[in-house]
Amino acid sequence: MTLAEASYPEDLKYHPEHDWARIDGGEATLGVTWYAQDSLGEVVFFEGPEIGTELSQDQPYAEVESVKAVSDVVAPLSGEVIAVNETLADAPEAINADPYETGWLVKIRLSDPSEADSLMDSAAYAASLE
Amino acid sequence: MVPFAGWEMPVQYDGIKVEHIAVRTHAGIFDVSHMGQIEVEGPGSLAFLQRLVTNDVAKIQVGGAQYSLLLNEDAGVIDDLFVYRLGHDRYLVIANAGNHETDLAQFGLIARDFDVYVRDATDNYAMLAIQGPNARRIVEGTLHLELPPRMKVAARQVGRRPAIVCGTGYTGEDGVEILLDPEIVPAIWTELVDAGVVPCGLGARDTLRLEVCFHLHGNDLTLDTDPISAGLGWACDESTGYVGSDRVAALRAEGTDQRLAPFLIEGDGIPRQGNPVMLDDERVGEVSSGTFSPSLEQGIGMAYVRTDLAEPGTELEIDVRGKRRTARVSSKPLYKKAR
Repeated sequence: MTLAEASYPEDLKYHPEHDWARIDGGEATLGVTWYAQDSLGEVVFFEGPEIGTELSQDQPYAEVESVKAVSDVVAPLSGEVIAVNETLADAPEAINADPYETGWLVKIRLSDPSEADSLMDSAAYAASLE
Repeated sequence: MVPFAGWEMPVQYDGIKVEHIAVRTHAGIFDVSHMGQIEVEGPGSLAFLQRLVTNDVAKIQVGGAQYSLLLNEDAGVIDDLFVYRLGHDRYLVIANAGNHETDLAQFGLIARDFDVYVRDATDNYAMLAIQGPNARRIVEGTLHLELPPRMKVAARQVGRRPAIVCGTGYTGEDGVEILLDPEIVPAIWTELVDAGVVPCGLGARDTLRLEVCFHLHGNDLTLDTDPISAGLGWACDESTGYVGSDRVAALRAEGTDQRLAPFLIEGDGIPRQGNPVMLDDERVGEVSSGTFSPSLEQGIGMAYVRTDLAEPGTELEIDVRGKRRTARVSSKPLYKKAR
């Protein structure tokens, strides 16, 4: 099952490599966008980082793999991983079904909150896809 | 849609997994009109095909079908194909789209020595494959057709136009492949889909064939591979004197350094074409095809490995993007249908 219609929630910040960040004070939840999961097809495998890993903005930190291809997931922001979505090990299809809620990938403690200024809002990201 | 050998091809409709499972449990339809069709006619047809392809074409009765290979003199694999015998001196060869021009060149080269007429018929035919345990029943009921048995071919009418129906496929399931007038394809496709057949793309075609260890030319067969290493010695009969038969005879007698081995990944990881196969720190082979198996829900593939490591049960490691994954060599097919 996948979300049939493209959606880009307005409360998120977007990276051009098709990742989103939900910023909450000094922390952020990260994931991939509707466009990313739709391009990839049914996700069958998620390989996340260990808790404690330092992510650097614009650098790959995880892999999502569908039947047809594997793709790097790029960090939209820098920070230390404080949680990994463990449910994806058994149910990676949540990335397709619900990419912004149950399909989140990791939570990080931001090392440089000002990096958020370089990300796009929903309208700018959606426009970038056209 | 993706470009493939000059054709616009759908990789998937609703998703590779659902399409794959539909073919394993019900019925799916693939538009494989990109496949190349070459007609061979004339009194020298049999002698020509015996020289051209590896299998013993004399074994094909009128209305029969046979898998075969097209080799160069060094036993490199130019293509793999099916030969259908439509009449006493009339054959139809169905081969891969990506090799169509080189196939035609080889046909033309060999045909010079025989009393035979070779014609590229690719533009005359569209080709639909309807595959799965319910495929025959639905095709018979919907198109009001009497279908030939497995590995047989018959001339029929589809949509009041002449068609050729083949009891063959590339999925490991029962089903048919129908060659028909391209003009009526949209109508026939719609009729079958309305009858419950699930549209399937190239992605599912690849996962289905790999689960049952059917070779894909360009991956598992290339000019740098040979039939013996590929495990296709059964499709070669050197007594017919085909192009490359001397080399194949030598390889059969001496053995080959490498062998194509099907394998299952134990645990996580999805192998991909080009991944190195490792035994401790030594590189002992390379993955020729790899994917995630929707039926088995694990990584599967085929790899050319050192011959002594190709026995079922052998444990190997595959370097998947820098991570070592455990693989176990398996017997064919990787997916065994519950009986």
